[in-house]
Amino acid sequence: MRRGALSGGRLWALLVPYGWLALFFLAPLALVAKISLSKSIIAQPPYEPVFNLSDGVGAWLEQAQKFALTAYRGLGDDPLYLESYLSSLAIAGVSTALALVIAYPLALAIARSDPRRRSMLIALAVAPFWTSFLIRVYAWIAILKDEGFLNLALMKIGLIDTPLTIYATNVAVVIGIVYSYLPFVVLPIYNSLEKQDASLREAAADLGAGPLATFWKVTLPLSLPGVIAGALLMFIPAVGEFVIPDLLGGSDTIMIGRTMWNDFFENRDWPAASAGAIVLLALLVGPIVWFERRQSKGQGA
Amino acid sequence: MTAARLPRLATLAFGFAFLYAPIVLLVIYSFNASKLVTVWAGFSTQWYASLFSNAQLVASAKISLQIAAISACIATFNGTLAAFALERFGAFRTRTLFVGSIYAPLVIPEVILGLSLLLIFVAFGISRGFWTIVAGHATFTMCFAAVVIRARLAGMDRSLEEAAMDLGAGPVTTFLRIVLPQLTPALVSAWMLAFILSLDDLVIASFTSGPGSTTLPMRIYSQVRLGVTPEINAMSSLLLAAVGLALLVSSVLSRKRAS
Repeated sequence: MRRGALSGGRLWALLVPYGWLALFFLAPLALVAKISLSKSIIAQPPYEPVFNLSDGVGAWLEQAQKFALTAYRGLGDDPLYLESYLSSLAIAGVSTALALVIAYPLALAIARSDPRRRSMLIALAVAPFWTSFLIRVYAWIAILKDEGFLNLALMKIGLIDTPLTIYATNVAVVIGIVYSYLPFVVLPIYNSLEKQDASLREAAADLGAGPLATFWKVTLPLSLPGVIAGALLMFIPAVGEFVIPDLLGGSDTIMIGRTMWNDFFENRDWPAASAGAIVLLALLVGPIVWFERRQSKGQGA
Repeated sequence: MTAARLPRLATLAFGFAFLYAPIVLLVIYSFNASKLVTVWAGFSTQWYASLFSNAQLVASAKISLQIAAISACIATFNGTLAAFALERFGAFRTRTLFVGSIYAPLVIPEVILGLSLLLIFVAFGISRGFWTIVAGHATFTMCFAAVVIRARLAGMDRSLEEAAMDLGAGPVTTFLRIVLPQLTPALVSAWMLAFILSLDDLVIASFTSGPGSTTLPMRIYSQVRLGVTPEINAMSSLLLAAVGLALLVSSVLSRKRAS
């Protein structure tokens, strides 16, 4: 078949999902980019259109230059946004690293279990993903509060005398993110470990490598694709997380998802929130493209 | 490898304790007689009773179930077509854009998706409510559905289809009698995934909802912000039980099919 030409039936089969995504994903993103260039007006809708849809590209560029990125300049001036991006990246980064530290041994332990039990164990590890995200985050409030289960338990066994303040801090946010995204990290790592040929490890052992050397030289390098997939799958959405910092964080927990939400619903500054979204997208576009390449090539979902 | 047995079991125990302890505690304390969530004061089912007399919660649950069912159907339909386009159509113009539009929504923060949808509905003067939430949910869940169905398509043996075609079956007959039966398990899990993702979504629903279309997660969220209550524990336990039951049924069904 000639490249770029699809037969009638296939063309329609493509146009339906493509059209849907164009309408509800691509066009909205383009609109966010457009509104991020307009001036803030507290009205309904709270933005002044920079241009009409009928103006065309020329007018778009002209107007874009004229308004000289008011909202973006606002972002630069506003330390809140800069701080939000930095602390979101930091919190998501720390959480991802911690999740890998927990997920890797768990995935390895499952992959090395009795083959008859493996599929049940991995299903159990992933099952929490199917249950409500909101509820799983909520469950941590009762654990982490000053008079919560964790403090009660620690005081009972005499490890601490006064309750630890974890709830409403960034520590609680990190715990919440690690917990919520753990199944996303375990699954791809498990998939790449399970595919590994055990004879490779035996060969390494025969050649005199100890268990530790075998792990560093054989098992870990071969599982890196799974580690990267899991890390991306967690890190990208975690940067823009809203629910977890809002429910577990304190008033000083600043993450970009929360800042945008507040600008949108409370300050009603739509251009600022839109500019915030575009900058966030720009920050994440590298990891997102990387993720897509891996997914569409490796086909390992 | 008996030497590695103990650390392996310890890792499994720790991992599963971390994953399940919060859920187990939540369920146990939904039966607590006390209003205080962390102090046990005896067994009681009063919170379940008060749940069903909470008309607002029941109404929101209904709305959420309807939205989830409708959007999951749209997502499975669109996701199936998209999976075929990705797996079977080879190269076509703007394929990269199409692939990107399928995979990007899997990871893009929901706040961005919700915000952009809200802006487009406002720009076109569409009043927000039930159907705008359906559209929003169908959009991000169709990408998950496409990934699930594509994985199944990639693993399918095409020689069966070729044999059917060689024996004179047209493309429609081949699709209905050969492809569809093989694809059914993937279609069921794609639908279930879309349904559950929709049922659980707070962020996109908050951006795309209007007056009179408050979904269950929105209702739970506004109550959770006021504090932990046994009633929400009870509500959560019911949802967990429903999802657990669905998972159990689907795993039993797929095991039956496999044997």
